[in-house]
Amino acid sequence: MPFKPVLLWTDALLYLLIAVAAVTALYASRREHLRAPWRHILRHRLGMGAFVVLAVYIAVGLVDSVHFRLPLAGQRAKTDGAQTQTEYSSEVLSLLDLLVLPLKERVEKTYSAPFATHLYAKETIERPDGAQLRDFPRLRYGGAHLADPERDRAWDLASTAARALAQGTLAWGALIVLIVAWQTRRTGDPWARVWGRLLRGRTDIPWRVILLTSGALMLFGFLGAGLGMKYHVFGTDKVGSDVLYLSLKSIRTGLVIGTLTTLIMLPFAILLGIMAGYFKGWVDDVIQYVYTTLSSIPAVLLIAAAILTLQAYMALHPERFDTTAVRADARLLFLCIILGITSWTSLCRLLRGETLKLRDVEYIQAATVLGAGPTTIMIRHILPNVMHIVLITVALDFSGLVLAEAVLSYVGVGVDPSTISWGTMINSARLEMAREPMVWWSLASAFTFMFTLVLAANLFSDVVRDAFDPRLAREQPKA
Amino acid sequence: MTAYLIRRVLYAIPILIGVNLLTFVLFFVVNSPDNMARVHLGVKHVTPEAMAKWKRERGYDKPLVWNAAAEGVGTLSQTIFFEKSLSLFAFDFGRADDGRDIGSDIRERMWPSLAIAVPVFLIGILIEITFAMVLAFLRGTYVDLWGVVLCVILLSISSLFYIIGGQYLIGKLLNLTPISGYDTGLAAAKFIILPVVVGVVSGIGASTRLYRTIFLEEINKDYIRTARAKGLSEVRVLFHHALKNAMIPILTGVVVIIPALFLGSLILESFFGIPGLGSYTIDGIRSQDFAIVRAMVFLGSALYIVGLMLTDLSYTVVDPRVRLS
Repeated sequence: MPFKPVLLWTDALLYLLIAVAAVTALYASRREHLRAPWRHILRHRLGMGAFVVLAVYIAVGLVDSVHFRLPLAGQRAKTDGAQTQTEYSSEVLSLLDLLVLPLKERVEKTYSAPFATHLYAKETIERPDGAQLRDFPRLRYGGAHLADPERDRAWDLASTAARALAQGTLAWGALIVLIVAWQTRRTGDPWARVWGRLLRGRTDIPWRVILLTSGALMLFGFLGAGLGMKYHVFGTDKVGSDVLYLSLKSIRTGLVIGTLTTLIMLPFAILLGIMAGYFKGWVDDVIQYVYTTLSSIPAVLLIAAAILTLQAYMALHPERFDTTAVRADARLLFLCIILGITSWTSLCRLLRGETLKLRDVEYIQAATVLGAGPTTIMIRHILPNVMHIVLITVALDFSGLVLAEAVLSYVGVGVDPSTISWGTMINSARLEMAREPMVWWSLASAFTFMFTLVLAANLFSDVVRDAFDPRLAREQPKA
Repeated sequence: MTAYLIRRVLYAIPILIGVNLLTFVLFFVVNSPDNMARVHLGVKHVTPEAMAKWKRERGYDKPLVWNAAAEGVGTLSQTIFFEKSLSLFAFDFGRADDGRDIGSDIRERMWPSLAIAVPVFLIGILIEITFAMVLAFLRGTYVDLWGVVLCVILLSISSLFYIIGGQYLIGKLLNLTPISGYDTGLAAAKFIILPVVVGVVSGIGASTRLYRTIFLEEINKDYIRTARAKGLSEVRVLFHHALKNAMIPILTGVVVIIPALFLGSLILESFFGIPGLGSYTIDGIRSQDFAIVRAMVFLGSALYIVGLMLTDLSYTVVDPRVRLS
């Protein structure tokens, strides 16, 4: 085999999450009352704009979740006897690493500013004639193709950027043509009318916003790809890694923390919340006691305590975690679990309250009279009617979790230091602000990428909440 | 009233016991004293004697819950559970790994924490409620729309960015305040300003949006329509009628954190070098000092439970409909 697939725990759970989302979408699309809120989202301009941004992040995160180990270089499959053996590198790569391999491999010596051709720090350079002088050395990769950087850099930057923008515009145009062609086929209208509707923003689904957002993203993408091959677009960090590469790799960590945490806590929160509300009595007392106790512990401290314990366990059992990737992944997953434990209580409380209300509603009483058991009632009658709360909570929690990761990593109880995340980027770069001249690019890049994701998620989750909250729907029938 | 208070205090006890048991399990059962010793003394080259000495110095060499070697009450009292965990109920926090008394450290570090947390809390809530009322007053206008957009943008920015950005902008570029540090007495004021400003700004987005929603919910109610129908001015309706009633949901979220103000803010204090309880906790976590973390977990939970009680009491003050029974 040319590679050896590696299935990390978080990968498997992400795939599971995608599968659950797909099944839910299929299920919802067959039922009119479930389709209605999604149609509301689909027709919401701001919501769809935010969704396009989210989709790009998710795509990057998923591509980064396909892991494998390549065979060691120069060691083709050796055949000894009947058995074929290939030695695999211990480094776990992802599909994203392969796609942006130049970014990953072009490592400089230390800091360099965005688009720089020279290193950030002075070094002693040996001239060909044997003399030595202290100067900023040329970068190994950034702008290495230029003969005279001082003279050629501006022109080279401009022409590369122009070419990338032209390519991006072309690709965008192709996308527009595709959408218009598809709409023409679907509606049967002449293409000019379809185009006019789209231009004026008169379509059911806000294609104009979708195309504008994806256009902007495509231009950024092409710019990054075009310039990133020749320069370090966001500079390099202390050990010389490309900051753009680090920012892209952080996306997966952010997504994993934002989504898996809720996925892990959901079963407990739903089960316990509904049980507490439905059975009342001592079941309710016990469950309330459990979540009050858990929520009274300050979340950061509980996480810190759990992570410290895990660290001690990992330090004493190194044999259970054979590669760095596995160890980092175990810690990431554990962080999700412990974040889930601290955050399930609010959802559980909401579900309990809603179930308390629902169990006295006529249709539930009718079901009881007709002889339905508690399990049937809870699964068939109560669960579907509290799902909107679950969905809203999941959407609203996501952005908070992404932000929490950065803070936790700063405190030292976040992801493994070897995991690339915005938190670790910020943590390792925060002291660089004091340098002269200031190293600002790692921080700026991490904050920008994080801000874009969180803002998109916040905007999208607001739309989701408006669409699914029945109370809001009654109050504002038009919006 | 007194009966209610007593009942609430009694109800808090099982929760504190639960917290205590949970931390005990986490710190001594899952993560045995042997492990702690090995983590602190280095994993590889550690002799059993060094470990035994480390544990003896900290009193971790006793049995966990049952001391068969001791007699009488000693079987229960000369154990880690009794000495390290139950003693927390008497607010006896024991000693940190470096030998300092945690209790006196906490009493000393409480004041810098309060010096930051109280102004952040008071100024913050004043500004947030004012902004929220302005937005609610101008509801449906462009000011409201862009105000909400601004709130969403503000709450999407990482709190670390506010701190680093504030330090850079105010401390380094404008040179108005020192970037970090602390002093005693009145000289502390110049060190306090920047963290307070950053703390207030980083909280504005989320709270303003929440309070605006609460106000809007209140404004759509029937009694407000009645007030308007009587011919009252919009300002009077908003401040006299809506504000009073909106205080009830606002109090739910606000009162509960008042006792926890003692604990300070973890990252604010750590970034600005404030010697308060927040940075104390972070130092404890970073140096893997389990005694400090355990003390702070217990203290934090106790203060949260006090906050819950205060919330219930505050309802009786602002909402005459609520009668505690």
